[in-house]
Amino acid sequence: MIHVRTGTHSRIMSVGGYQPSRVVPNSEIVDRIDSTDEWIRQRTGIEERRFAAPDESVLDMAEAACKQALSRAKLTMADIDTVIVATITYPFQAPSAATALIARLGNPKAAAFDINAACAGFCYGVGMASDFVRSGTSKHVLVVGVEKLTDFTDPDDRATAFIFADGAGAVVIGPSETPQIGPTEWGSDADSRDAILMEPSWNEFRNDAQGISWPNIAQQGQAVFRWAVYSVSKAASRALAAAGVRPDQLDAFIPHQANVRIIETMAKEIGIPDSVVIAQDIRTSGNTSAASIPLAMASLLEERPDLHGGLALLIGYGAGLVYAGQVVQLPPKP
Amino acid sequence: MSLTQEAVLAGIKEIVEEVAGIPAASIEMDKNFTDDLDVDSLSMVEVVVAAEERFGVKIPDDKVQDLVTVGDAVNFIVSAAK
Repeated sequence: MIHVRTGTHSRIMSVGGYQPSRVVPNSEIVDRIDSTDEWIRQRTGIEERRFAAPDESVLDMAEAACKQALSRAKLTMADIDTVIVATITYPFQAPSAATALIARLGNPKAAAFDINAACAGFCYGVGMASDFVRSGTSKHVLVVGVEKLTDFTDPDDRATAFIFADGAGAVVIGPSETPQIGPTEWGSDADSRDAILMEPSWNEFRNDAQGISWPNIAQQGQAVFRWAVYSVSKAASRALAAAGVRPDQLDAFIPHQANVRIIETMAKEIGIPDSVVIAQDIRTSGNTSAASIPLAMASLLEERPDLHGGLALLIGYGAGLVYAGQVVQLPPKP
Repeated sequence: MSLTQEAVLAGIKEIVEEVAGIPAASIEMDKNFTDDLDVDSLSMVEVVVAAEERFGVKIPDDKVQDLVTVGDAVNFIVSAAK
């Protein structure tokens, strides 16, 4: 007979965020893509975003977000036994960003790995971390979403240059006496892999990189909009049902910050009533992929401290295509 | 199921009015969604999905960009429903 561990219920203990200091308004983007501030605001809701400095790395941003999350949870890195980093822009295939991060944060013995689930990465991580705590595999898990998308965005691409940005967000997930993270509803639509791509592969650069274009993100806006609004919103509704929570019982809706139009139409599809606060961090942060949900959570709790401890629906979706979502209780006031 | 051009046009008028707030009276077969009706690429997706549900047809993502005028959409739906 094999012995097994058993854990406890799980909860989000704290959230931390980091944004680079450089604010980039639409006016700085528009000339290269022959666009206007009004056009970008109307299509995406984005007014400005943050770009990392050239020497500011994925690890720098992740470290800052983690330190804030740890301090708000009143924990130190010694308390953390597992670190999950969600990113698609750490520019090394191996070793992982997570192992570099634990070395920097001062606990090089923690379990650590990266996940590649693009803009759904944070919710994939929350789901895994919650299950690790519930099964007794881990006690305290740091889940980090971090991206430096400016390294993989073509500033001349009229479909993407105004969307993507940089930043990091982190949560500590730990033990709880009551269930505070609902079941994860996740999956893929891999027949639509082409809708969001980073090509070519590194193999193209092996011998002669002359004439090979850098693997910037390319996106089919209409296809992604349709999938997000009409398929992913159904997954969000399933996450609510799995948690036994009705839309009108939510305090906040914190979806991946891809586009205000997606956020608003998705909320309508799910049946989110006006009483629920809808995160719209995209307006000032742009789309930061895996970082967008924890960043939106952190900024929402700063603007609306009354939402600490409230119920929120999280839903991430992105390249793959992949999605994941869950209902969570927002962390208490630090 | 067979649909007439008139019935589909009437349905598209209602959908565009609902999605984009364009008065149905100003929507005719020769109107360009983008230039004449100010239906942008994302609103166009909402129009397409509503039309799929209403008329029971499939309008694939790669066909959406070919629907430049109201007439293009009406004719596509009429032939898809045959």
